[in-house]
Amino acid sequence: MSSSIALRRRAQLAVLLGPVSLFLAVFFLGPLSIMIVTSFLAPGLYGGVEWSWYPHNYGRILGFADPMFEDFDPVYIAIFLRSLRIAALTVVATLLVCYPAAFCISRLSERWKNFCLFLITLPFFASLIVRLFVWVLILRQTGLVNGVLMKTGLVARPLDLIYTEGAIVLGMVYVFIPFMFMPVYASVEKLDWTLVRASLDLGAGPIRTFWRIILPLTAPGIAGGAVIVFIPALGNFIVPTILGGAKVMMLGNLIEQQFLSARNWPFGSALAMMVMSVMLVLLFVYVIVSSRRGLDAATGR
Amino acid sequence: MRDSIVRLEKAAKAFATPEGQTVTALDAIDLDVRRNEFLTLLGPSGCGKTTLLQALGGFVELDSGRILIDGEDMTERPPYRRPVNTVFQNYALFPHMTVGENTGYALEVAGVAKPERMKRVAEALRMVGLEGLESRKPRQLSGGQQQRVALARAIIARPKLLLLDEPLSALDKNLRQAMQIELKTLQNELGISFIFVTHDQQEALTMSDRVAVLSGGRIQQLDTPRAIYDQPRNGFVATFVGASNLFEGKADGGRLVTEDGIAIAHGRPGATGAATALIRPEQFFLAEAGNDAPGLDVDLEQIVFVGSTFELFGRTATGRRVIAEIPAARRGLVGEVERTRHARLAYDPAAVHLIATEAA
Repeated sequence: MSSSIALRRRAQLAVLLGPVSLFLAVFFLGPLSIMIVTSFLAPGLYGGVEWSWYPHNYGRILGFADPMFEDFDPVYIAIFLRSLRIAALTVVATLLVCYPAAFCISRLSERWKNFCLFLITLPFFASLIVRLFVWVLILRQTGLVNGVLMKTGLVARPLDLIYTEGAIVLGMVYVFIPFMFMPVYASVEKLDWTLVRASLDLGAGPIRTFWRIILPLTAPGIAGGAVIVFIPALGNFIVPTILGGAKVMMLGNLIEQQFLSARNWPFGSALAMMVMSVMLVLLFVYVIVSSRRGLDAATGR
Repeated sequence: MRDSIVRLEKAAKAFATPEGQTVTALDAIDLDVRRNEFLTLLGPSGCGKTTLLQALGGFVELDSGRILIDGEDMTERPPYRRPVNTVFQNYALFPHMTVGENTGYALEVAGVAKPERMKRVAEALRMVGLEGLESRKPRQLSGGQQQRVALARAIIARPKLLLLDEPLSALDKNLRQAMQIELKTLQNELGISFIFVTHDQQEALTMSDRVAVLSGGRIQQLDTPRAIYDQPRNGFVATFVGASNLFEGKADGGRLVTEDGIAIAHGRPGATGAATALIRPEQFFLAEAGNDAPGLDVDLEQIVFVGSTFELFGRTATGRRVIAEIPAARRGLVGEVERTRHARLAYDPAAVHLIATEAA
């Protein structure tokens, strides 16, 4: 009897998970394996690939390329490191904006809370490209900021605001704030304030209470938000294209270029695999840490 | 006053409701808590007892008045600078810390070194009967054990005053009764004054040295449990603490006569004027033939057997409800009145308590 129930449960599970598994297998694992294979093939003379073992794609990035075929160029590692730096800065900056905001909003009345959450999601209703071009209008040489600064006489010549790393970080923060806000808000909202009161009652001042009680209890939301922001920020190519121009390139732009302009698919694939391995490592760490917390929750150990 | 550890002087607090009304939570309360005393604040929800507790803990700012603890003015002090600790209603244990870390938290923030801290944690856990559970997480414990951890955590720094906010309300009945006794024992051992908030009159009577009955932001009566029960000062206290039969009327020469003509004999011949007579249900007894004790004739509506007693619900000829509790040992007599559906509930006039009606 019980085994037939278990069987039915399993069948139900298969029916429910079937479609999404199939979809992911066809449209995610399929292209992914094509990319993995492509990254080890030689680039064709006029685009496309040639079917021969060719590890020099990775050698170009990491430094073991045979000069016979490909040249190692440190610029790729530099772009890689810059991308990591910009993504990390984006995480820190969005967190600094969202964490205090989450506390403020979580203490509002139900009506204002919902209104604020609506405001946070409002940017999704307009096209990302349009919103980023508005930043171009604000930041460019003849833009709003420089206009005001010139008019008031604070600067004699327009500042270089656009096409800098700073402009990219600004745009990234602008784009990713909602992604950071939601998980952070979810954990802040759940925070049990009697624990804060208990901490104060036991003699811990506000600062110590923050470090010992509030921060550890909202850490899952911070970690979740960091992952959700860091991963797409690392591979983002729209923001650097629009706000970084040709001057500041990120990994996303580089990969896009290899596929669309240079028509070197194997090299583009190799770059993409590098990005993905960094993300996988990060995700792996996150899963390990959070599942240990989950285990904590279940067994208390 | 040398033996007073906590003193409230004209403590007042009012809240604005979302509907724009003002609710008086504390109405100029004066209160002295003695050293090493177990004081219970008893009252229905909304009577101000929790506000009073929060004001002592530093979580509610008074509108006016002062709070003195051991002679020091605490009115303006934040919670973390008061020699007061609290056992919260839902325990409020830190879920990300072990039992040991929870218990030692107050010492940790006070900068007590780890070896000393661990020694005192072990001692505090031993006092509440949880020795050796330091490395567990709170969620691994039962409700009763969590309760004990909360207690150990609150007493470890030896506060001058321990506040307990309905800490037993989430426990089942047997455990609650066991904890009541334990709390009382612990309080004697520690020599700390406890202020215990509850809406459960049984709990208040069981544990307290004194009980303050609160209603409408005022202390209705502050007295020993026995005095609260036997000599309530007004109708509210009489009905809130224990079951009661109240007879409002005019006292005159050893008798009190109600409007509907019921005469209650009482032991105070000198009393005159408007008053209320209180007869507790257990003071009634079923008079055997030939007993000339005063009594009330009632028609019985229901007889409920609750184990140690029978509860008799009756009505007088004028329709007044009367409750009597008859010891189960008298089941022969109960059987008789059950047949006739009629009983004479006798009482001893000396046991009748007379509450003078306040000139309003």
